[in-house]
Amino acid sequence: MKFVRRHLLTAYAILSFAYLLVPIAVVIAFSFNDPPGRYNYTWHGFTLDQWKNWDAVPALKDAMVLSLEIALLASVVATVLGTLIALALVRYGFRGRGATNLLIFVPMATPEVVLAAALLTLFLNVTVFTLGFGTILIAHIMFCISYVVVTVKARLIGFDRSLEEAAMDLGANEFTTFRKVTLPLIAPAILAGALLSFALSIDDFVITYFNAGSEVTFPIFVWGSAQRGVPPQVNVFGTVIFVVALTLMVVNVLYQRRREVQAA
Amino acid sequence: MGFFHRHRGLTPYLLLLPGLAWLAIFFLVPLGFLGYQSLQSGTFDVGYAFDWAWGNYWDALQRYHPWLVRSLIYAGLATLFALVISYPLAYWIAFRGGRWKNVLLVMIIAPFFVTYLIRTLAWETILADQGPVVGVLRDVGILGDNGRVLATSTAVVAGITYNFLPFMALPLYVALEGIDERLIEAAEDLYASKVQAFLRVTLPLSMPGVVAGTLLTFIPATGDFINAQLLGTPRQAMIGNVIQSKFFNLLDYPGAAALSFTLMAAVLLLIAIYARAIGTEKLTG
Repeated sequence: MKFVRRHLLTAYAILSFAYLLVPIAVVIAFSFNDPPGRYNYTWHGFTLDQWKNWDAVPALKDAMVLSLEIALLASVVATVLGTLIALALVRYGFRGRGATNLLIFVPMATPEVVLAAALLTLFLNVTVFTLGFGTILIAHIMFCISYVVVTVKARLIGFDRSLEEAAMDLGANEFTTFRKVTLPLIAPAILAGALLSFALSIDDFVITYFNAGSEVTFPIFVWGSAQRGVPPQVNVFGTVIFVVALTLMVVNVLYQRRREVQAA
Repeated sequence: MGFFHRHRGLTPYLLLLPGLAWLAIFFLVPLGFLGYQSLQSGTFDVGYAFDWAWGNYWDALQRYHPWLVRSLIYAGLATLFALVISYPLAYWIAFRGGRWKNVLLVMIIAPFFVTYLIRTLAWETILADQGPVVGVLRDVGILGDNGRVLATSTAVVAGITYNFLPFMALPLYVALEGIDERLIEAAEDLYASKVQAFLRVTLPLSMPGVVAGTLLTFIPATGDFINAQLLGTPRQAMIGNVIQSKFFNLLDYPGAAALSFTLMAAVLLLIAIYARAIGTEKLTG
């Protein structure tokens, strides 16, 4: 009985993993598909053409470039703003901590379509804003900040303050201590926050779609082409994004483990 | 740095200022504008004017409650399925994963590395009428010869379940992983059966993960309109689809704003009921 139950659970876990991973396999496989028409929905034969002609659809390439630009800018700004908030929350006691935590938490707990609609009404009613690159960037920075705060804060809490005290005892001022001791130590946390922001930004559809005006990001291109027929190059880009993200994730996990081993 | 020395109490506020200002201007202020827009009347051509048009909310509830209810039901079902799939999986990784835990965790969040729209389109391929799933279901007689999965509620709920599953699995894993296994051994030493030990020790201790996972899955799922658009038909449309179409096809901004607020209110109400049912201390952890 115990034997059956143990293996029942394992079988269930394996089935669940299959469920999680099969769609990913489909995405990758269809980047090698050779569809006869515009619809890349059924398997026709193996080809490397889509990979060789990855830039054959100019609109898709432009959309990808725009997504990368926005993700880069949004993650840099959101990481700086979010890290400063995390430092304040972990390092200092101050009035209004509860309200600060609430302001950081609520955007993450709001349905995306509500965030999107709210921003759009701001941009429609205040004529300073014209929908486009700037409004997409503003929106992405907004929804990334909270995630950076949460990520960096989690790592800062386990941080050993005695190293900073040692630096100060040895005559370093606050700024030098921050630059030479604190920053290198929390750099992995900051990098993790930046990578998360980048991933969130490049994947975002709902908020971007509402506030993009006539700009077309990668997800918006996919959305538009879903009605007309998705070019197989979309799967090529999807596969590349998947592999890059997976690699960074694995590197991050290995690096963390090495640091833990070193620290022990 | 002399400034900082003289005004040490100011430092936290200076650190908070840029980020919180951004959130205030581009999160709180827009919510205010959403409220302002939702109480306007008029038409797109003539222009909208603010006149406390509460009728927009009446309209939202009166005309669009089927979409609202459908969204909450789909999101609720997807949350339930995600829980049923994730709990044993998270349990297995936490207690049987051994040295492979990190690899298995990466496998759980792997779907997030594929662009949301692309992985939803992959489901369109998998569930297509000529696809393998429909073929098998027709062969074993679950579906009729012309039966479909795509363009049904099943497809939409399955898509939502898949897309938000990692949000459920991760908090569950964190909660289960944090359980001291000696507590379970103690229960078994005291002659609890496996089932009793699970129900009286493991399950209660994992409740914070269940609560966090259900909220993280349910809240974003209610507003989703991608799955209904790509895997369903207008008959499966959710409230997000209506909001989107009011903004971009009908140009009815006040109506769209009122629906957005109604959705937010409905979600908050359900969370409050949920918090009541399970106890607030569990919700805030």
